[in-house]
Amino acid sequence: MRTTPAPMLTSAGLRRLKVLVWLLALLPLARLVWLGTQDGFGANPLEFVTRSTGTWALVLLCVTLAITPLRHWSGAHWLVRLRRLLGLFAFFYACLHMLLWFVVDQGLDPSAMLADVIKRPFITAGFTAFVLMTVLAVTSPHAVVRRLGGRRWQALHRSVYAVAVLAILHYWWHKAGKNDFSEVAIYAAVVAVLLGARIVRAWRRRAQAVKPPGRAGGSSGSDGAGGSGAGGANDGDRSDSIAV
Amino acid sequence: MWIKTDDKPWGDEILASEITPRALFEQRRRLLAMAAAGAAGATLTPWFARQALAAQQPHGAKLAARANPAYTTLEKRTPYEDVTTYNNFYEFGTDKGDPARHAGTLQTRPWTVSVEGMVRQPRTYDLDALLKLVPLEERVYRMRCVEGWSMVIPWVGYSLAELLRRVEPLGSAKYVEFTTLADRKQMPGVSSPVLDWPYVEGLRLDEAMHPLTLLTLGLYGEVLPNQNGAPVRIVVPWKYGFKSAKSIVRIRLVDKQPLTAWNRAAPREYGFYSNVNPAVDHPRWSQATERRIGEGSRGGFAGLFAPKQKTLPFNGYEQQVASLYAGMDLKKFY
Repeated sequence: MRTTPAPMLTSAGLRRLKVLVWLLALLPLARLVWLGTQDGFGANPLEFVTRSTGTWALVLLCVTLAITPLRHWSGAHWLVRLRRLLGLFAFFYACLHMLLWFVVDQGLDPSAMLADVIKRPFITAGFTAFVLMTVLAVTSPHAVVRRLGGRRWQALHRSVYAVAVLAILHYWWHKAGKNDFSEVAIYAAVVAVLLGARIVRAWRRRAQAVKPPGRAGGSSGSDGAGGSGAGGANDGDRSDSIAV
Repeated sequence: MWIKTDDKPWGDEILASEITPRALFEQRRRLLAMAAAGAAGATLTPWFARQALAAQQPHGAKLAARANPAYTTLEKRTPYEDVTTYNNFYEFGTDKGDPARHAGTLQTRPWTVSVEGMVRQPRTYDLDALLKLVPLEERVYRMRCVEGWSMVIPWVGYSLAELLRRVEPLGSAKYVEFTTLADRKQMPGVSSPVLDWPYVEGLRLDEAMHPLTLLTLGLYGEVLPNQNGAPVRIVVPWKYGFKSAKSIVRIRLVDKQPLTAWNRAAPREYGFYSNVNPAVDHPRWSQATERRIGEGSRGGFAGLFAPKQKTLPFNGYEQQVASLYAGMDLKKFY
């Protein structure tokens, strides 16, 4: 699909981008701290802060999942360098969300927590998503990628798709009590598009692979198979192997 | 935001005079950065300040009432700001802040309540007639929402029994059905299919006649704010909050158990009785404890970490009302 060479990113540019990601991703937390000092949490502070952190965990999860489709669509392969950071920020807000529930709502009582996980399907879904996210966060350092090997690491990290589906389910069931799906439907649509883009791409690549070899080369230089030789494309291929 | 380091930014063919002087472009950069920061600041300010809703709430007209110490809990009252900005009133939207935001469109005068059905003297009361029916009392009740939070609210009104007696219920009347206004023009939430409108609630006749059941016209010594169910609602303090119908236009005495809005929407979750009961969990959460709204410093970190408290059977009104349910299995009739 892409005909122009992939834009490059210098290490200084990457550093600046990462600083920007840090600043933007910490804004929701800064806001909560500010509101807490200003008595701005409203009538039900726990509900407000729990919902806010949950929402931002989901937003950042969507942003993380948008990296790969955006990269394929724009050819800006450097985007992948931001993916781990974004994913870890999604996990950070999920941790706050989860800690508020466990520490404040359940009063640090493991049996109460377990009972809640079993009794309430929406908590079962959310809790499962959190456990999976923890595994992904723990296996996110480069050293672990090397130890596991790209293929195994990639297979493991594909469970981020399950995290996204579980997170939507968690939110959906939470709203089911009120029959009010207007907001969660938007997030569900975003996740559907992001996961759908991967399915469409996989289909296309499979279709390409079964074509006779003579034809495959002729069709507008699809990336991946064959390797187009330039350094940028190699970089893209390498990060493809750990694309989720 | 990528940078091509291998490209030379300018070559020999550019005249020296065409190059922007360093001082000038640095100043431009500063201005651009300031403009960007300013725009970001302006966008983020409302997001960083959530006070507006509470501060905007206008107070209603005063409503003279005599305190009734027999029905006054001495617990700390929930601040007016919380009582009037944290509401479930789906006719105005499902978010807790929606009623305070959107209920301004509700016209509460003229307003009539038709009291009808199995009664000897059916009658339509206008609001002034209801306000003058008997002297108003102030009662401070606990209010426990089925969602697991609670408030302490000073209501103004009188026992619903005063009204019901005047229409003379027939011997065949066994239940009372309350219908809330459902007007798309005044109530934006009625256009969404969250519930089957209009909102219908119901009580057994003996529950409705119980002196605790309050026909309510005000709170905190003022006429009811729209978001709290203006101009007239009931308050049944030993039942979950949704049993206390708001903005009532019809009260009908019937012989069969009314099909109430939440019971119809989710019968496994919301029974007809819905008495506050810590021993009977909601299918999706425990009812053993509750979060008291407005505990700790209002809306700050102290409020965030305020502990929950135990929920009492019949919301603490067991002595007064338990006899209504003698011999009934409250796990079955939840």
